[in-house]
Order: sequence, then C-alpha cells, then structure tokens
Amino acid sequence: MNALLNGVFKRDLALAYRQKSELVQPLMFLLMVVTLFPLGIGPGPETLQRIGPGVIWIAAILSSLLGMERLFREDFLDGSLEQMMLSGIPLFLAVGVKVLCHWLVSFVPLLLMSPLLAMFLNLTFDMYVALVATLLLGTPLLSLVGAIAVGLTVGLQRGGLLLALLLIPVFIPLLIFATSAVDSAALQLPYRAQLAIIGAMLMLALATAPFAIGYSLKVSQN
Amino acid sequence: MWKWLHPYAKTENAYQLCKTLQPYFWGVAVVALVVGTIWGLAFAPQDYQQGDSFRIIYIHVPSAILSMSTYVAMAVAALVGMVWQWRTAFMAMIAMAPIGAVMTFIALFTGAAWGKPMWGAWWVWDARLTSELILLFLYLGVIALYSAFEDKQQAGKAAGVMALVGVVNVPIIHYSVEWWNTLHQGATISKFDKPSIAPEMLWPLLLNLLGFAAFIAAVTVMRLRNEIVRREIQRPWVVELAQQELGGRNAV
Repeated sequence: MNALLNGVFKRDLALAYRQKSELVQPLMFLLMVVTLFPLGIGPGPETLQRIGPGVIWIAAILSSLLGMERLFREDFLDGSLEQMMLSGIPLFLAVGVKVLCHWLVSFVPLLLMSPLLAMFLNLTFDMYVALVATLLLGTPLLSLVGAIAVGLTVGLQRGGLLLALLLIPVFIPLLIFATSAVDSAALQLPYRAQLAIIGAMLMLALATAPFAIGYSLKVSQN
Repeated sequence: MWKWLHPYAKTENAYQLCKTLQPYFWGVAVVALVVGTIWGLAFAPQDYQQGDSFRIIYIHVPSAILSMSTYVAMAVAALVGMVWQWRTAFMAMIAMAPIGAVMTFIALFTGAAWGKPMWGAWWVWDARLTSELILLFLYLGVIALYSAFEDKQQAGKAAGVMALVGVVNVPIIHYSVEWWNTLHQGATISKFDKPSIAPEMLWPLLLNLLGFAAFIAAVTVMRLRNEIVRREIQRPWVVELAQQELGGRNAV
C-alpha cells in the first residue's frame, strides 16, 4: 500500500514538473493582479500597506482557483483516477496524497514569492511574518476544501467557472481571519487567536475533507 | 428506531405523504400569515423609536430565520440521502433549495428597505447582512451545481456534498463576519427568557414565523411531488396517476 501511495506521490510530482507552464501561469496571474492594485488605487505607501494583506490574500485565492482544476481533471479524463479507485488503496489516503502534492507544487512557490509581494505592497516585517504564518496555515485549507469542489465538477464539460462560484463563498472566513491577523500585526497586537482559528479550520478540513473528496470523486465517476 | 421512516424512501409512499400533508401546511400557512401580517402591520403598537418602519420585522425576521433553517434542513436531507442512499431525500433537498434562496432574497430586500430610513443607506457591510448575502451565494452555488449535471441522480448527490460543505461553513461565516464588523441591532426574540420586545409586538411575529415555516413546507411538498413525478415518469404508478388526473384525456 505504501508503495502504491508513494507511486501516486512521485507520479504527481513528476507530472507537475513536466508541465511547468501550468504551474507558472497561476503565479504570474497572482503577480499581475497584485500589480494592478497600486496602478488602480494609487501608489501611496500608506494606502498600499492598508490594503496589502487583503490584496495578497484575494489574489492568492483567485490564482489558486485557476490552477485548482488540474488536481483531478487530467487523471479523470485519461482514466487513471478510475484505476486509482480500483487499486485497493483507501481512497481517502490516495486523495490525501494528491492534495499534498497539489499544495507542494502550487502553494510552496507562492510562499517563496511572498517576499516580493510584501515588498510591492509596502508591508512591514511584522506584517510579513504574520502573512507567512497565515499563508502556511491557510493554503493547505484552500487545497483541501478546493479538492472537494474539484471532485464534484471534474466530470462537467465547463466546470471551471462553476468551481469558482462554489468555492469563493466557502473561502470567505479564511480571508477574514487571515487579513485580520495581518492587520493586528500591523498594529503590534497579538494575532495568535486568528491563527488558532485558521488552524482549527485546517484541522477540521484535514479530518473530514479526504472522505468528502473521495465521495465526490465517486459521484463524478458514477 | 427509524424504521417507520424507511417506507418513505419509496417514491410512491413519499408522494402520498406529500399529498396528505399539503392541505394542512397550506391551511396553517394561510391562517397564520393572514392573521399575523394584519395584526402586525395594522394593530401592533408603534415602536417608540422607529415608528411604523419597525413593522417590516414581521416579514424580515421570519424570512431571515427561515432562510438559515431551510439551509440546515437541506443539509439534513442531503446527509439522510447519503447515509441511507435515498433518492427521495436528494429530491427533497433540491426542492427546498430555490425556496430557501428566495427567503434569503426576501430577508436581504426587506433589510435594505428598512436600512434606508434607519441607517441612511440601502446597503452597509454589516455582519448579518454580509452573512445573509454569503448564504445566498451558497444557495446559488448548490442550485448551479445541481443544474450543471445532466444525470439528476448524480446531480442530487453532488449538490448534497456542497450543501454539507456549506452547512459546516455557515456558523464559521456567521461568527467571522460578526467579529469582522457589526452595526446590526442585536437579536430581539432569540432571548426567550426575557425578550427585548413587547409581547403585543411579539405575538404577531411568532405567528408570522409559524406561517412562513408552514408556507415553506407547503411549497416544498408541492415541488417534491413535481420532482417525483418528473423523475419517475415511466413508473406504472405515475402513468396510472396521470391517467386518473386527466381522466383518460391525452394519456401518457
């Protein structure tokens, strides 16, 4: 079983590595969206600092929606998802591994890019630390919850826009708590409470989402 | 314990149950809504601060409360459908979805109409308004997902998953926006031990709440009946039913 899971993990990483453009495009989109804000709102450093956390998080959520479909789409189309379901490994473990891969290849680069974004929007160092903490806790949540909706829409012809419609309302609490944490950091206030809530949401998703993803994939596979 | 419930998994029995319940629901809805609304709008005393414009709560509060309850009911139906593999439960879920969405819209609309004279703005980013708006988005998401599938059985299951994801999120959304921003006045009737509303104002409100609940139930069973007939159109009992209703005219 471990060998099979290992195989799923390596296969996903290899596929991601060979389709680099698909990984780079959401990041470019993120960077461009963040660039639009100073241009549209004005380059005043204080304004940018005020809106910075929200802009970065909104851009991160939007760009993650763009890349989300590749979690299961191709595997669904070429039938390897069906094979994975028939292989005998528990489905929740297999999808857990796939979600982990997705997080590694789409959100770790985002984390690496975050100093640049913080610099663009004139965040202070304290705010940046809080931003990284919220991204570290929050982006796995994006992957986990997003995967449920991808599982549901994977069989549809034009699932992309629907995916965004389903997911944006669900991500609102995360956006609120994450930006509130960074705002607190800007005022030198403690922000552990917000981090704790994001962490709690992550734990809840970690415990339940793999089963929901498995179920939704079964529904799509019919 | 739940054995009495199991026969209703069969669509024919569920249809008959809906047919029996429908007149009662309509009766309660009509009586409670007529009495409650007239009492509330014409006879309840004026509010000392807000004057007559407070009367919108007789529509606003029931629709807001029931928009959330309907979502929970949808999620319960979805869970029942998943656990016991009932197709009828998914049909009931999707029968409720548009009604809940309309209730949410009514709550938002009446809230906006009340907010204009009271707060001086049609829309403010207040916590409850925002969570109600997000609830509307969740409803629309479930409906959109359901209508995206060709195979309605698959569609019901998929929409059910989304309803459950949403129901886990509803309290989180509620409290997150509560902490985020609050301007809305506090709840008036949830504190049952000592409600901050005069009894002569409270009774019509409770009547309307009952009336709205019965109205939602009545429309739900009607929609569920339609859904069952549409889905089971080839079954002999539906064919028979159609022949009875039409009396042999253009029989199916």
